[in-house]
Amino acid sequence: MKKVIMGNHALSHGARLSRAQVISAYPITPQTQVVELLSEMCADGTLDAQFIKVESEHSAMASCIGASVAGARAFTATSAQGLALMHEMLHWAAGGRHPIVMGNINRSMAPGWSIWTDQNDSLSQRDTGWMQFYCSSNQEVVDTVIQAFKVAETLMIPAMVILDAFALSHTYEVVDVPDQALVDKYLPPFKPAIKLSPADPRAFGGLTGAEHYMELRYKLERDMEKAPAMIEETGREFEKIFGRNLSLVDPYKCDDAEFIFITSGTAGFTARVAVDELRASGVRAGNLRIKVSRPFPFDRVREVLGKVKKAAVVDRNCSYGAGGIFYQEVKSAVYGRPGMPPLFGYIAGLGGRDITTDAFKEIAADAMAKDGPEEEILWIGVKK
Amino acid sequence: MSQEVKKEKKFTMTLPAEELMACGHLACQGCGATLAMRYMLKALGQKTVLCIPACCWAVIDGPYPYSSLDVPIYHCAFETAASTATGVKAGLEMTGDTETTVVAWGGDGGTFDIGIQALSGAAERNDDIIYVCYDNEAYMNTGIQRSSATPYGAWTTTTPVKHFKTRPKKDIVAILAAHRIPYIATASISHPEDFFKKMKKAKDIKGTRFFHVYAPCPTGWKSRPDDTVKLARMAVQNGYFPLFEIENGDKTTINLKLKERKPVDDYLRLQGRFRHLTKEQIANVQAEVDARWERLLKGCTV
Repeated sequence: MKKVIMGNHALSHGARLSRAQVISAYPITPQTQVVELLSEMCADGTLDAQFIKVESEHSAMASCIGASVAGARAFTATSAQGLALMHEMLHWAAGGRHPIVMGNINRSMAPGWSIWTDQNDSLSQRDTGWMQFYCSSNQEVVDTVIQAFKVAETLMIPAMVILDAFALSHTYEVVDVPDQALVDKYLPPFKPAIKLSPADPRAFGGLTGAEHYMELRYKLERDMEKAPAMIEETGREFEKIFGRNLSLVDPYKCDDAEFIFITSGTAGFTARVAVDELRASGVRAGNLRIKVSRPFPFDRVREVLGKVKKAAVVDRNCSYGAGGIFYQEVKSAVYGRPGMPPLFGYIAGLGGRDITTDAFKEIAADAMAKDGPEEEILWIGVKK
Repeated sequence: MSQEVKKEKKFTMTLPAEELMACGHLACQGCGATLAMRYMLKALGQKTVLCIPACCWAVIDGPYPYSSLDVPIYHCAFETAASTATGVKAGLEMTGDTETTVVAWGGDGGTFDIGIQALSGAAERNDDIIYVCYDNEAYMNTGIQRSSATPYGAWTTTTPVKHFKTRPKKDIVAILAAHRIPYIATASISHPEDFFKKMKKAKDIKGTRFFHVYAPCPTGWKSRPDDTVKLARMAVQNGYFPLFEIENGDKTTINLKLKERKPVDDYLRLQGRFRHLTKEQIANVQAEVDARWERLLKGCTV
């Protein structure tokens, strides 16, 4: 059924359609509508779930972990400071192999207080062992939550579904809300092989010496390496039922491109307007939107880069002392590979500053004029 | 020989013989926390799930892949015993298990200090869990550092003799009582029947139940391992750790009424951590114990 809904409600509907059984959450702007709608759904019986109204995000993730290890499907949502407070528990969820799905609204980290978008909150959690899906439309949000549960529960790795503050969280779009019966067909109930059960008493996460610990982490990494193929496979399966593919990357007019923007999140759609305008003026531009950042889709990124002459990675984030994070990742993907184009790394749109089509055109003009980047970190739209 | 058999027949078991805790655990000699676990499991039985944060018991249970307990355990983060237990209870209920008792089992550091936010949250929501704090009055697992459960006068590695702890122990029971949860009890490993009885009672109550269990630690208290039960008993008998329960935050019942309280002096003298205390300082401890006992009598409805 088609509905006009905000990005936050797309997360709520994704959790509802996935039949989340335990939701534990704490309010933070700009996430609140996600949990407000879920509270209503739990209260009126639309969703058969327990909603734990915890006293912090740290407790939200802890109780999601408890619910998951007891065998229930668990969901939460947060943003920025809340995600940072959860940090310890993100390691716990991934290290303990608890396939929780969490919505995160990309919001800039304080201080100064900001409620507007950039990606430093979620990218600071890059190495916790969670899968990260960066969405750019409300349709993609609702679809990705459902897919994320499927992939997470198959691999026993938690997943974060990420959307830009306000640019997506509070933006209303037409969404084809999937039919429950079809979702049930796509996503079977969560049945973990082992769980907390008095009938089969086990100790989870006890003291682990050097003779065992490394193997546990090796298995996590090896299972994470299975995720790209599984995301593509479950994406195709999703397409068969719902008519929409869910992939690792989303290339736009890259096949004949001499120059592409590499983006993530909503900035990609602005980039596409710039691509069309550049093409109208004779520049064969394109856009590669990276949807999944963990696992990093090395093969898919290289496939696209092998076809283009230059690429500019536009980062709405900064790893201080190293530059844009996606830029670092893309560089590591092409390192030592023949036939790869020069890469330019631009930082733009921090703290919710708009990345306009003009900004993209400025990036294109700058990169097109040079053989390679003259500086490691190029800033766009900054008042120097 | 035959006489001995006769004697055995006369012996009455006051606790069930069934053991859900095996030997082979990693506790120190004379560990009070180990007895506390044994007695609790005797009362709660096999349909129990434990959430254990960082504390001595995170180690005592045994390293991966072993466990000395015959009930499932989730080893959770330090400050999350209550919030993890809340999630486990919700998860069990949503998957059709409404019978299993979910227990958060933490030390005094994990309860009085780092875990108090999650505990307060669970208590305010009246989540259906039993929270047990086994109190050995310092961070023993990390090597005897002071916690807010460390009493006045005690030496620890972070409160050296020259600067021993001069603030009183935090009144965790009063804090929990202020949440008006259905059931709070203090218990001691020296009084297993009392502990067992109250744990049985708590098992059948719905909502947040809190136990404050006195568990001497010879390693941290610098006491003799064979004095553990004796010390716990002395603390009950001199009013240092009285046994009582509070229902719904206001109905207080003293379980062991003390007609004549013994002085705390003998109790303190058996522990190296109090060795430096002067007569005046011991008098301070006595005054604090007396005042607390009077407050308890005032609040008592029976």
